[in-house]
Formats: sequence, C-alpha cells, structure tokens
Amino acid sequence: MSEVEIKRENLVYDKPRLITDDVMHYCPGCSHGTVHKLVAEVIDEMGLEKSTIAVSPVGCSVFAYKYVDVDWVEAAHGRACAVATAIKRLNPDRLVFTYQGDGDLAAIGTGETIHAAARGENIATIFINNAIYGMTGGQMSPTTLLGMKTATTPYGRDAGLNGFPYKIAEMLVHLDGATYITRQSVHTPANVRKCKKAIRKAFENSLAGNGYSMVEVVSTCSSGWKMSPVEANKWLEENMLPYYPLGDIKVSELPR
Amino acid sequence: MADKEIKLMKGNEVIAHAAVRCGCDGYFGYPITPQSEVMETLMELKPWETTGMVVLQAESELASINMVYGGAATGKRVMTSSSSPGISLMSEGMSYLAACELPCLIVNCQRGGPGLGTIQPSQGDYFQACKGGAHGDFHLIVLAPASVQEMHDFVELGFELAFKYRNPAMILADGAIGQMMEKVVLSPQKPRRTDAEIEAECGPWAACGKGNRRERNICTSLELQSEKMEKINQRLQTKYATIEAAEARWEEIECDDAEYVIVAFGSSARICSATVEAARKQGIKVGLLRPITLYPFPAQAVAALAGRGVKGFLSVELNAGQMVEDVRLAVAGKAPVEHYGRQGGMMFTPDEALEALKEKLLK
Ligand SMILES: Cc1ncc(C[n+]2csc(CCOP(=O)(O)OP(=O)(O)O)c2C)c(N)n1
Ligand code: SF4
Ligand SMILES: [Mg+2]
Repeated sequence: MSEVEIKRENLVYDKPRLITDDVMHYCPGCSHGTVHKLVAEVIDEMGLEKSTIAVSPVGCSVFAYKYVDVDWVEAAHGRACAVATAIKRLNPDRLVFTYQGDGDLAAIGTGETIHAAARGENIATIFINNAIYGMTGGQMSPTTLLGMKTATTPYGRDAGLNGFPYKIAEMLVHLDGATYITRQSVHTPANVRKCKKAIRKAFENSLAGNGYSMVEVVSTCSSGWKMSPVEANKWLEENMLPYYPLGDIKVSELPR
Repeated sequence: MADKEIKLMKGNEVIAHAAVRCGCDGYFGYPITPQSEVMETLMELKPWETTGMVVLQAESELASINMVYGGAATGKRVMTSSSSPGISLMSEGMSYLAACELPCLIVNCQRGGPGLGTIQPSQGDYFQACKGGAHGDFHLIVLAPASVQEMHDFVELGFELAFKYRNPAMILADGAIGQMMEKVVLSPQKPRRTDAEIEAECGPWAACGKGNRRERNICTSLELQSEKMEKINQRLQTKYATIEAAEARWEEIECDDAEYVIVAFGSSARICSATVEAARKQGIKVGLLRPITLYPFPAQAVAALAGRGVKGFLSVELNAGQMVEDVRLAVAGKAPVEHYGRQGGMMFTPDEALEALKEKLLK
C-alpha cells in the first residue's frame, strides 16, 4: 500500500488530545471506544483535564483509565457510585464521573447506583448498556432482552426461567436526587453527536451541583452478540431501541 | 477548644472526638450495635461546620468501605467503623484498599458471632482481622485498644501508621471497650491537611485530579500479566516484613519474674491484669503480655519470654482460640501453650481466668 499524506487542511477527523497512545483492547465495532472518545473530547472542550477524577468499573471498560488522560480510580465490581460519592464529597470542585456497564451498574452495583442517585450526589454516570456481560464472555445481564441468546441463556432469555429485563434509567426518574437522565446511542454519526451533547450536559449538571446525572448509551457488543459490527448496529436499531427508546427521560432541578 | 480536655466518655464516642481532633477528612458508616455511637456522636459534633470533615451515613457497609476507598484514593484521611457482621461486608473493600496501598482507618467494635450472633462483646474476629479476612495475600495493621484512652490514641496512631506504610489500619476493639465509660484525655484540635499538604505527602499516587502535576495518577489493583502481578505481591510482602520488624507494640505487666504468662489483648487483657494480681496474692508468679498490635503480632516478646524459661503460656481470648495459634508459633515448642476463653458475648472474671491457668498449666 502506498503512503498517503493527509494535509492538515483536509483533516476531517483527529484523535482527541486526551486519548492516550495505548492500543485499545476493544473489539472492532464495540461502542466503548466511541464513548471513550466522546468523554475525552468533552473533558478537553470543557477545560477539565486537570480537575477530573474518573471512576472506572469492572467490565470490558476496566482499562478505561489507560485511554483517557485524566486521574482515575478503579472501583471494585459495582461499587463505582459509592467510590465516586466520597471522591466528590471530599473534592467538591472536581468533575467526578463513573463509567459503567450494565452488569456493573444494574446487577451487582444496583444498590450503590440507586443510593448515589437518591442522595443527589453531584456525580455523573456514563452507563454502557450492551445487554450482556462482555468481559466475562457474553453471559446474560439484567438488561438482556427476552429471547436474546447469551452464554447463560443459550436458548434465549426466557422470562419464566431468567426473569425480565429492566430499565434502570426509567427507575431513577422517581428519585428527587436524579436530575438529568437521558438515553443515547452511538450507532450512527448523528447519534454520536447527540450523545456527546448529552455527556457534556451531564458533566455541566454535576459541576453546577444539581445532583445526579446518568447518560445511558445503548451499545453494541459485537463479540458477545456474535455479529459483525454492521450487523450489531442493525440489530441494536431493530431490537434494543424499541425496548430502550432514546431521548431525555428526565431533566429537572434539584428540589431545594 | 481548650488544649487539654479531660472527659468521661464511652469508647465509641471517643472515636468520634478523636477523629475530628486529629484532622480526619471523612467518615462513612452504617449503623450497627455495639458501635452506632461513633456516627451518632459525629453527627452531633457537626465537624463539617468546624474542620470541614465530611460525615456520611451510607446505605450499607459495602458502600461505606468503598466510599473510604474512594476518599483514600484521593489522599484524604478517611475512616469507617462497624461491628463484626458489617466488617464481613467490608472485606472485599479491604482487599482492594490493601492491594492499591491506600491508607485508611477501620474500626471494628466486635460482637459475638458467627452469623448475626449477639450484640455483646467478643474477640471472635481475630483471624479475620489479622489473617487477611478477604481474598489475596494481604495484611491490615491491627491495633487492639484496652481502654477508652487507647480508643482515642489509636485513631491518630492508626492514621499515622496507615499513611507511613500506605496500608489500611484497623482498630480491633470490642463491645466492652466501645460501650464502657472511662476518663479520657482528649488531644487538642489539629487542622485538616490543606490541599498543598496532601499534594506534598500523597502527590506521587493520589488520584485527586492532575492539577499541575505532569503525570496523571491511576489507582488500580488490576495487573493481568502474572510476572508483573508477582512483583506487586513481592513488593507488598517486603512492606509487610518491614512493618513486622518495626511496628510490633506490646505491654508487659509483671513479666520480669513471671513463671507463667497470660497473653491477652483488649478487654480480655483488662480483666487479666486483675488475674495477675490475684495470682500473685496466692504466691503464683503470673505475668501478662498484652499485644497492642495484633498485626504485627509481637512474636519477639513472646519468644523472649519463652527463651528465658517461662513455664507455660495461657492465651486468654473472648473466642474459641485464635490468637493462641500465634502464641504457639512464637513459643515454638519451648513451653506448653494453652487457651482459655468465653464465647457468644460471655465475659469471664479474673478468678475464672486464674482457675483456668491453674487447671491447664499447674496440674
Ligand atoms: C465481585 C466480582 N464478581 C464477578 C466478577 C467477574 N466480572 C467481571 S466483569 C463482569 C461483568 C461485566 O459486564 P458489564 O458490566 O455489562 O460490562 P461489559 O463488559 O459488558 O462492558 C463480571 C461478572 C468480578 N470481577 N468481581
Ligand atoms: S466483548 Fe463486547 S463489550 Fe467487550 S470489548 Fe468486545 S465488543 Fe466491546
Ligand atoms: Mg455489558
């Protein structure tokens, strides 16, 4: 292949300044990489590089700290919102956010998530909902759709056998402390742009001291879903979005 | 606040006062008997209005220990307190704290177990506190107060050791020490460390925002390459060896001419000091060795007594025999080592301990 020189003026896309040079471990087509990029861009654009403390989860994004060039604290599985609660209370002038998957946030960490939101902690959560445990090899998660095949629902999720999926974002709406709850996706360029705006809004909401924010990102896990990246995006649109509809779910002020 | 204040207080209340006075940045806890007075006292003291200390009632011990983890990761002086069942829930967090080498203070005001057990005093968590108590090879630094004054003093000492070694420290008290009232000399109020002081002390590791540092800090315990993970383990073990060599603390009461030595900590030691007096009145030369640090265990002190010909050791504990294993290891077969204890929240009298000593060692 011949080398092609791209002139600066022709550049339409660049690596965000706060994305490090580490080789990302994410599978091709995985939403995690795209959302990392958005997080890095928003932190940079808001001038928060030096005053951000991010909390990474246990899940495929366990190494999020390698890729976004800010201070990170790695939480035990599910505990990110408790970890972030104390970080923010003890360092109130910092941007503190958690980055979590559906297993981390909606299964083992449900309690920590709900109580951080209920208390109205001034933190933001980026919630990657790919309806599967990506990291451990594609098992069922609480958000796995009915009928969906995973390593632990090989014949498809059955409500009688495996219980129903649930929408934690809609649940959080009832909490006074949760003031900005939105659901986004990154499966098309237009959605990527909308998602970025939502992340910025969540970070602004945290810094304004207006309570808890969550940006759920309906995501793909091409490996766990056993699909090509293109198939995964199509499957997301046809199956995930009807159950997890996109858009702002709650935008409010903290009751005073 | 006056420089020196003498008060009559409960052990648990004193923990709260000592925390505020030594410049603690944050307390995160969940109510459980017999230690709930710690958080109740803090809420009454309202330190957020004076020193700026954060006090938060968490939704569980799982949450409170992870709040401690988060706070500690940013270089703050943070603590929690609980009692046995709650400490079990915290064990995951302790492993992560130890793995990330984060300093913090955990108070366990022990009650009888297993399970929900009883709310009465016990020392049944010795193994849990001193032998890891969670997954992986790690140690907490464990202090055993035997008085309300020591409850006070060990808060500051615990933080000091925790920061010196970047390791979680535990005050292993029990329901008796937590609930009893005694005279205590309160230390003068110290200011909390400023951001600049924290940066100077913890800058190389604390993830408190990059600020003007060039390198960012990442607090993690994950390392998938076994070669590197083994190195991390070896570094931890080197640290523990340093702690074992330098930080063992103990008290000896009438041990100089003792033919028999009782080894006891915390409230058991308080009772056994009267056993020593009673024994000596009967002409039996008994001494008391009181470990103040349980990890590191003062093995050298026990070994020295065994080496100079003590005829027998009695480990007296409010459990079925846990510390006795460490006493045996230290005595290394040079003399008989027996255990006496009560369980389930039952205490013993000085005379009962003396009877046990006579029966087990003087037959
Ligand atoms: C206490 C504990 N239990 C289980 C695990 C194993 N584990 C690691 S990641 C994970 C699930 C992650 O799924 P999710 O949060 O959806 O993240 P994804 O990988 O899909 O991004 C599990 C169960 C663990 N690390 N710790
Ligand atoms: S397994 Fe799924 S979530 Fe994990 S990196 Fe691959 S595609 Fe992404
Ligand atoms: Mg997932």
